Amino acid sequence: MSEPIVGTPLRERATQALGDRFLHEALDIATTKFIALRREAFGDFPEGEALRDRARAIKEATLQRLDAHLETLVANIERLGGHVHFATTAEEARQIILDIARRTGARIAVKSKSMATEEIHLNDALEAIGVTPVETDLGEYIIQLAHERPSHIIAPAIHKTKGQVAELFSRELNRPGLAADPEVLTKIAREELREKFLQADLGITGVNFAVAETGTVVLVTNEGNGRMVTSLPRVHVAVMGVEKVIPSMTDLAVFLAILAKSATGQKLSVYTTLVQGPRRPGELEGPEEFHLVLLDNGRIAQIAGALRESLYCLRCGACLNVCPVYRQIGGHAYGYTYPGPIGILLTAMLNGPGSVKDLAHASSLCGACADACPVRIDIPKMLIELRRQVDEQHIAPWPERVVFKTFARLLAHPALYRLGARLGRTLQRPFVRDGRIRSLPYFFGQWTRTRDLPPVAARTFQERWRGLS
Amino acid sequence: MTAPPTARAGAPRRVALMITCLADMFYPEVGERIVRLLRRLGVEVTLPAGQTCCGLPLFNSGYHDEAAAVARRTVAIFRDADAVVVPSGSCAWMVKHEYPGLLRGTPDVADAERLAERTWEFSQLLVRGLGRTEFESAVEGPLAYHDSCHLLRGLHEGESPRVLLRQLKGAQAVPLPGSDECCGFGGSFSVRLPEVSTAILDKKLANLEASGARCLVACDAGCLMQIRGGLLRRNSSLRALHLAEVLK
Repeated sequence: MSEPIVGTPLRERATQALGDRFLHEALDIATTKFIALRREAFGDFPEGEALRDRARAIKEATLQRLDAHLETLVANIERLGGHVHFATTAEEARQIILDIARRTGARIAVKSKSMATEEIHLNDALEAIGVTPVETDLGEYIIQLAHERPSHIIAPAIHKTKGQVAELFSRELNRPGLAADPEVLTKIAREELREKFLQADLGITGVNFAVAETGTVVLVTNEGNGRMVTSLPRVHVAVMGVEKVIPSMTDLAVFLAILAKSATGQKLSVYTTLVQGPRRPGELEGPEEFHLVLLDNGRIAQIAGALRESLYCLRCGACLNVCPVYRQIGGHAYGYTYPGPIGILLTAMLNGPGSVKDLAHASSLCGACADACPVRIDIPKMLIELRRQVDEQHIAPWPERVVFKTFARLLAHPALYRLGARLGRTLQRPFVRDGRIRSLPYFFGQWTRTRDLPPVAARTFQERWRGLS
Repeated sequence: MTAPPTARAGAPRRVALMITCLADMFYPEVGERIVRLLRRLGVEVTLPAGQTCCGLPLFNSGYHDEAAAVARRTVAIFRDADAVVVPSGSCAWMVKHEYPGLLRGTPDVADAERLAERTWEFSQLLVRGLGRTEFESAVEGPLAYHDSCHLLRGLHEGESPRVLLRQLKGAQAVPLPGSDECCGFGGSFSVRLPEVSTAILDKKLANLEASGARCLVACDAGCLMQIRGGLLRRNSSLRALHLAEVLK
């Protein structure tokens, strides 16, 4: 149940990912496409920039009075006949859902895509009590068959090529010789899943937005599986981080206008499902029981914390698509539930700054993430803040701290700085050929293994200055 | 040089050069070009003594007390400057964007804010400060511009360097695919995750080749160190130059 694969150092995980040709191909195609589609969607939408500001303002204001908005949400859902549960930790959330599953007597639970249930590692827990979880989002279905974890927030199987999916389906579904044709493969998944929808007693979903004033849980999906999960099984459990509450339907319109554009470049997703409690008398469909699990798991502490802005996140994945690091290494190399730039912040929120002492540096701080974020979360600023915390709490390795403190000393004293330049010129002598350095020992080899380094100039600019006047 | 005879009203006549550690130690010729160019435009250039580094590497790695100490002395060094020019977008961003915050609550904050207002990245100074956009090319084209991340997304400046290159006499500017994508330098990132940094660089170099340009132009010594380092290692015939090395 603990967080996965962090036994291998980040650099090793990243290097491994870089060597995976299929991963590289799949990532390059998908992220390039996502970037172009997003750009196009906002290009055709002059109101977009103002709506992004508005959405951010709504998130800011909602967090200021989160308790009040949650109270309204709870009251309205209970008024509609639903049940609301509050989970402080992942463990509590799992127990709440397992209790519901036991009481329902569920054997199969169908799930629509949800990062919150990934975060609490729900599937393993369900299996442990004899409930079979079935992921019904195509991407999630693929990785469940492959016994993997999502590598992207909205495109969980982004790391797989269609050829790999064809092989996987052939093997796992006992249908040898399938062609790498997305249409064929989707049709097969649809057949397999249709049965499960009909058999399941329990439907489990995430929540994109929960509208406090009406008690409405909103799901944004593309495949229609969300609608099946929320209407066919007898019991529906929705799991949401507490920050997903928004005050009103008017606010919802603002978010819906920018979410799909940021995520997939669609004007709107194919399905926007609004769930209001369980089936009411006279209604033909919908679950008999509706449960909402409100998950804290470190979020509430960050309302007044350094990672506050990461609570604005809509989980659109735009920051992953534009991140030069993510685009090279993919989501699994990050090692935790949430990958990419925002994933580093969420990991720190869930597991503390110590968990990201290396990950906080898995960014060139290029700022593309903040630029793409629909609610303009300043991710680089918080990555730097995490680095600061790691330094302050002495979690950073001591040689690194010594290097930086020495460097700081050098910069505070021009005489030492000049001495540093002279020292550099002396020490580099054996390594300079034709005005370039191709190889250096020790730590410096990290640079010179793949790149030339310019030598320290024979005379620095400040030494040349007098000759210039 | 075909710059207009009079600079625009309110243009700085006296500019202090913040040379930055990378340009000082590794690319002093960039500083020399800037000094000559500005003097030819009738601008007096000064070099306040005792310069080291803006402290960005410390700041970005989370050593904020140390970065604040560096910021304090830099602010003091440039206290009397009417205007300051910086040859790197990232260092300009540090001064303009981070110094006031680092020195908040200290007696130096007012000076830091004044310095932030008066600091120009080099291309900005030419175009927005001095109103000069027409120069001759010092190199043969075609040229392609690479946006440095801090200049583009930090200071929201993608236009000034492009105006200069578009109007350049004697060399043609061509678009660089993915010009706004990072080169993979990222300061200490380049040595903490060198394999990832290099993979990002490889993509930049592939885009440069695809552009048909003979030379990449950038406004940041960090990007240049990375891109030039990559080109040299691959024995490429393509070059990477600072904007100041291209303008004549």
